[in-house]
Amino acid sequence: MASASMWVPRTKVDWFLTVLRVLALTVVTVGLLAFIAQQIDVDNPFARAVNPDATGLTGPQFRGLVISGFAQGAMYGLIALGYSMVYGVLGFINFAHGEVFMVGAMTGMITSNKLDDAGLWEANFIGSLLFIVAVSMLVCTLTAVIMERVAYRPLRKAPRLIPLITSIGISFFIQNTSVVLLGPTSKAYPDMPDWLTAKRTFLEIEGTKIMVICVAAVAMLGLWLLVERTKTGKAMRAVAEDQEIAGLMGVDVNRTIVKVFAVGGAMAGVAGILWGVLFRSVIHYTGFLPGIKAFSSAVVGGIGSLGGSMAGGLFIGLAESTGPLLILEPLGVSGVSQLRDAVAFAMLIGVLLLKPSGLFGERLSAEDRA
Amino acid sequence: MTATVLSPVLRRIPGTWRRVLRLGALGAVGQAFISLSGMPVRLDVREIIVPILSLGYVAVLAVPLVLGILLGRRPEHEEFLENPPSRLDLLLGGTVGGLMGGGGLSILALLLANFDLRDPLINWSPQLLEFLSFGRGTAFGFAIWLVIGGGLGLAGGTLRLASSRTQRVIMTMVLTVVGAAILESLVVDLVEGVSLEALVEWMYAPRGGLTLVGTGVLAVVSGLLSFVGQGRIKNIQEKIQAMEGPRQTRVNLMLIAAVGMVLVIMPLLVGKLTNELLANIGLFVLLALGLNIVVGLAGILDLGYVAFFAVGSYSTAVLTAATSPRIAPEFPWFVALIIVIFIAILVGLFIGAPVIRMRGDYLAIVTLGFGEIIRLLFLSDWLSGWFGGSQGITAIDGVDVFGLLTVDGTNPRRVFYLVLFFCAIAIYISWRLERSRLGRAWMAVREDEPVAEAMGINTVNVKLMAFVVGAVLGSFGGAIFVAKVGSVFPTSFLILVSIIILVVVIFGGMGNIFGVIAGAVVLIGVLGGPKQPGLLVEFSEFKLLIYGALLVWMMLARPEGLIPSARRSRELHQEEFLQDAWLRGQIDTDDNCPDEGSGSPAGGV
Repeated sequence: MASASMWVPRTKVDWFLTVLRVLALTVVTVGLLAFIAQQIDVDNPFARAVNPDATGLTGPQFRGLVISGFAQGAMYGLIALGYSMVYGVLGFINFAHGEVFMVGAMTGMITSNKLDDAGLWEANFIGSLLFIVAVSMLVCTLTAVIMERVAYRPLRKAPRLIPLITSIGISFFIQNTSVVLLGPTSKAYPDMPDWLTAKRTFLEIEGTKIMVICVAAVAMLGLWLLVERTKTGKAMRAVAEDQEIAGLMGVDVNRTIVKVFAVGGAMAGVAGILWGVLFRSVIHYTGFLPGIKAFSSAVVGGIGSLGGSMAGGLFIGLAESTGPLLILEPLGVSGVSQLRDAVAFAMLIGVLLLKPSGLFGERLSAEDRA
Repeated sequence: MTATVLSPVLRRIPGTWRRVLRLGALGAVGQAFISLSGMPVRLDVREIIVPILSLGYVAVLAVPLVLGILLGRRPEHEEFLENPPSRLDLLLGGTVGGLMGGGGLSILALLLANFDLRDPLINWSPQLLEFLSFGRGTAFGFAIWLVIGGGLGLAGGTLRLASSRTQRVIMTMVLTVVGAAILESLVVDLVEGVSLEALVEWMYAPRGGLTLVGTGVLAVVSGLLSFVGQGRIKNIQEKIQAMEGPRQTRVNLMLIAAVGMVLVIMPLLVGKLTNELLANIGLFVLLALGLNIVVGLAGILDLGYVAFFAVGSYSTAVLTAATSPRIAPEFPWFVALIIVIFIAILVGLFIGAPVIRMRGDYLAIVTLGFGEIIRLLFLSDWLSGWFGGSQGITAIDGVDVFGLLTVDGTNPRRVFYLVLFFCAIAIYISWRLERSRLGRAWMAVREDEPVAEAMGINTVNVKLMAFVVGAVLGSFGGAIFVAKVGSVFPTSFLILVSIIILVVVIFGGMGNIFGVIAGAVVLIGVLGGPKQPGLLVEFSEFKLLIYGALLVWMMLARPEGLIPSARRSRELHQEEFLQDAWLRGQIDTDDNCPDEGSGSPAGGV
């Protein structure tokens, strides 16, 4: 029913949706074309007609945007893995996963500041970084596992919206726990060493961003090996396919689900540290927007598929950093950088409107797709 | 991980004791969490009973007491257990649980005295240590919490052993005293309104809190009333229920009329602050009724409900204010309201149409996205020429009622009457819709969409209608909000507002008008709204935390809410109903003893 009839309007709502789809595509196309035209020739009449004040982008500016997009996208991808795996196995959106990420960033902030006080941060940066990643992974894993045990396990059989509402409550709770325990102000990471923040001659990219991409790639590789090459991973895939049958085949379903949460939490922990490295400041609502964007990534990539989540993350990251300047600015929208988050949400809505099963197809068991 | 190491050890401990240890440990952690959240110290200023008890101590004393009550409960399906716990076991369990809960504070006191973790934990302070040790040194603090914890656990356990009649009397007494303390400002205001100052002076201490005499009298009176009135209220209820159709309707109408009278007269007797509170409650009743139609009746989880509130506010502001940046038609409020309704319908359709076919959970996230997009648009420089960006629109006139009087924020009483008027409309709409063809279609869609579609319901149109009705009620809320506050800023429309309205609806009882109203009265009245203070002003720092915890707890323990809609609760507990029927049918066959796990309150929701 979905894809075939999607473009063939039958009811009024269908007509409306078709118009909306066409409109969205037109806006994106015109914006992009105007941008391209302008890049080729600053005084291109078409671009001038669309937005007379547009200035266009220089090469280094564009490169900077792309690299930031990639770095953030890698981070979103890591968070998205948690959403995607839980959705694949349990069939509900763990809205509180973004808060697990925030817990990771907070843990990193506390540990790194303690290390900085002890003088270890500058003396042995790489060691300290590995240490805070490990601590953050541990704390986030624990958070995710406790969350599953306290809130989600009793609701395993409940209608799908009930665990979703519960997860919203948990998200609220964790956010405000951070407020009451750690205070409502934003908190800073210690300075990164100069050799990392300096822009290198090669493409003028900041070391931090390269590091973020590398760490994310390593974490992703580890997760992929775990899921595809180990017995635990096999059990996870089996449980995602069909819980009951997996149980009958001797898989400990409960334990496997706990492991799924644990792995998702660990990835969010890594992502939390990456956030700290990239933005160096963390506050209690740090988890909200990246969480939503990561969920969008999971949907874009096709929820339930791991590679898809990572690709979706990169896509959302790139779109978010370049989209406003590539599409909105040429269209004559002012103050576009304020609309970054709106663009990310619009992307989510757009993807769900155009292709709800994601770009790479979702991997869910039959009953979850209903 | 620790669980795996410990599990062989834990398995040797008999089930009931495992439960004691688990709950006790949980209580200890909870105690430490409450203390470190700063609740006790911050709430210590609010007195409950004047020299002896403050709200801060209530926050920490409640835990061991609740532990005792929980652990003193006889296990469900007791007759199936091999060796059911004796009374002494239960008492001992309660005591040990309370002891562990109190022990959490003892250990915390020791840690506070010997380590400094102030850097990440802002409440790791000498004040907390002083609070925990009653200013008499760490050793005293360590010992006293063990004693208090054990004692309260024992008391909780003992309470459970008493007859149900005694239990009810004691509970009524405790609730009355706590209630009277919480409602203090309201009671004072009301009593002074009917000029009975003497009563207030005798009941409440000058700087807040019940006096000892007041506490005693209240406890005795409420205890007596509950002792005498036992069963009477239930009898009356049953009598009303047993009445025939027309007579029952008449009683119901009389009840509604009585409540209406109270609501009309009460604002006249109370002061500005109380009226402000009433107006806030009314505003949230209105919003919650709107969301109730979407979430409760049609079963669409709309997390971006604030969008409609925002649209209602901004369009009213643009249409009525002289200060509106781009167009300022300066319509009278009521004229603007008609246009606002049309705008709300359009926005409802616009947001509803794309999302209506999505899976329920995707829909939730997408509506959340819409809610944020709308706020970000109002905030953006791009549209600041229209809506003032982060500066918002200020100096908006109030509601001009036929040139007779103006309703605005300076006179909360009038605002309350305005809110009451719209609440009455909303209640009437909800009530009529629930019993209409459309309402039944909504419920059918909520219960089983494919089946509803197969029965010939146009699910898309029906769900869109829910969106639209919700949007219109939400925009009413927005219009009143503007008249009340006199300004709009994007920061008033955070996602937070959606979530709080959702908590109100869920807490009260999805799909039940009375439930939703009760939810708004209790939550907004006591804890307060996103920016509006409630009766427990001291709680404002913690209210979001409590809202979050409440949402989780409700979902786990009572997803149908405080006052459930009968149909909704049948849906949620379908499995249990089936199981009960099954148990009743074949309880005497040997091999279907329910295991002990099925006794947990959250089982099989």
